[in-house]
Amino acid sequence: MTTTLVPGARRRARNSRRTAVAWLFLAPFAVVFLLYTAVPTVAALGFSLTDLRGSDLRHPLAVDFTGLDNYLRLFQDPTFLRDILNTGVFVAVGVPSTMVIGFALAVALNSGIRRLRGVFRTVFFAPVVTNVVAVALIWQYAFNAGGTVNKALGYIGLAGPNWLDDPHLAMPVVILLGVWRNFGTAMVLFLAGLQAVPEDVYEAAALDGAGRWRQLRHITLPLLLPTTLMVSVLLTVFYLQVFDEPYLLTDGGPLGSTESVSLYTYHQFGSGQLGMSSAASFVMLLLVLLVSVVQFRLLRPRT
Amino acid sequence: MTAVAASLNDADADLIATAAEAPIALRTPSVGRPLLYGALVLCALLTLLPFFWVVSGSLRGLDEFRSDPGAWLPRHVTLDNFGRLFRTEGFGRFLTNSVLVALMVVIGNIVAASAAGYALAKLEFAGKRLAFGAVMAAMMVPFTTVFVTQFVITVDMGLADTLTGIALPGVALPLSVFIMRQYAQSVPDELLEAARIDGAGEFRIFFRVFLPLAGPAVATITIMSFLNSWNNFIWPLIVAQSTASYTLPVGLAATSQAAQHVTDYGLVLAGAIVVMLPVLVLFLFLQRYFVQGIAGSGMR
Repeated sequence: MTTTLVPGARRRARNSRRTAVAWLFLAPFAVVFLLYTAVPTVAALGFSLTDLRGSDLRHPLAVDFTGLDNYLRLFQDPTFLRDILNTGVFVAVGVPSTMVIGFALAVALNSGIRRLRGVFRTVFFAPVVTNVVAVALIWQYAFNAGGTVNKALGYIGLAGPNWLDDPHLAMPVVILLGVWRNFGTAMVLFLAGLQAVPEDVYEAAALDGAGRWRQLRHITLPLLLPTTLMVSVLLTVFYLQVFDEPYLLTDGGPLGSTESVSLYTYHQFGSGQLGMSSAASFVMLLLVLLVSVVQFRLLRPRT
Repeated sequence: MTAVAASLNDADADLIATAAEAPIALRTPSVGRPLLYGALVLCALLTLLPFFWVVSGSLRGLDEFRSDPGAWLPRHVTLDNFGRLFRTEGFGRFLTNSVLVALMVVIGNIVAASAAGYALAKLEFAGKRLAFGAVMAAMMVPFTTVFVTQFVITVDMGLADTLTGIALPGVALPLSVFIMRQYAQSVPDELLEAARIDGAGEFRIFFRVFLPLAGPAVATITIMSFLNSWNNFIWPLIVAQSTASYTLPVGLAATSQAAQHVTDYGLVLAGAIVVMLPVLVLFLFLQRYFVQGIAGSGMR
């Protein structure tokens, strides 16, 4: 890295000593970045073009270069296609529900209520900081065949199923955990956005006779568009990579109905198929980059 | 002021107080307010339901789980589960491991992020755009993409199954650097220039002028990196290969898999409380910094 910097350093920096000092400040971060982000990303691309197995790691130079074979195999693998679909369902259901709940709570907390406002904010944000392993265990306990949820359904005369063992019901329960853990993040970001809207805009609208709904539609929503885009991209990137919830609740089951792309990567890794695993992980990188590029395209002209 | 407020009825006082703070109150018809509070209370109760389940479940005895697994309240409140948990082999070890890893991660982040954030905000140097680009890129690269090769590198360095191997990738989080850079930008240049004119070197300025001012940012970074480390699951799961290096979440997941055959939910839920409690208590006292950290992740 330093070799590419030397010519630039002579031209641009006031003196090279200052540059050296600055890079000393950056060194701890730079080392960790190189070791755990830059090298692994490049290596993942390299691995994805080979038929690397876990057992090959001792003599990696003997591994065959297979070009785009892994990628071709991926897109012919019904398991991977199903997992892309599952991940799509996570995003398509998770993102809008998380956003709608977060937005509604942010508007409610910002609309003139004073008492208990801090308490509500604390309560709604608490799931964000809660350990996912702990919550997943509570979820299993609650959604078990004889669990708390079914007990409650029993009070109104319904016989509840064994939620996490049913290929049609497991996904909604897993998504519910994701939404519960994330709506607080959306709420906080929307609250920050709402508080940046100048209040005299509302005053003027109120004087002109605009009601609450018209204010929401014609002032709040348009002014919050950048925040909304940001939250939506942030959540999309997050749900695209969903791992903890399906791994802990169902390990992708039953019958693969909750297996995400990240879980596919992990399972391939676990069975020693490092080439395939890396190819799947690179598809994930491309998806995340695509979403991020779209974000910058949409946000730039406005900010 | 209090006398005036007391002479008014509650609703009026509330309205006046709110109007004084924010003109938004004008838009909220008083009929809507009880409805709003009702809806918020309902949402809050739904949000808190899992916390209720875990507390109630952890206080029930093993026999109660056998006779009625899904009961909402314990018939006899008992702390027996917690006693058994701390007698469970390895649990103390998992707790110690989690604390040690969190300690390495927090100290690493304070050192690495305050230095890097300061340099990115306040120093002019060749490669600055490249360095900032690296911070942004590091935030965007999905964990899914790098964990396999991160694991291979960790094995190559001989750090597999060690606490250092678990902690290292988290000791310089790009989010921490980003938060510190945003904060450093708000520190006036004049302050640093004055020190420079007095002949202080960059390191002296950093330690004597900048760091003493950076308290709020250091607090946010401490909280965020602690949260990250304490709640991290997949990376410790991959790196820790023997129970000796399990962190609390990994140990808890393993305990629960072992306990499922006997449906010992009491033990598992007591474990869940021990994992959740430190963060929730910290959160209650320092929630401002938690919120700042999350808002920082919005990259605004």
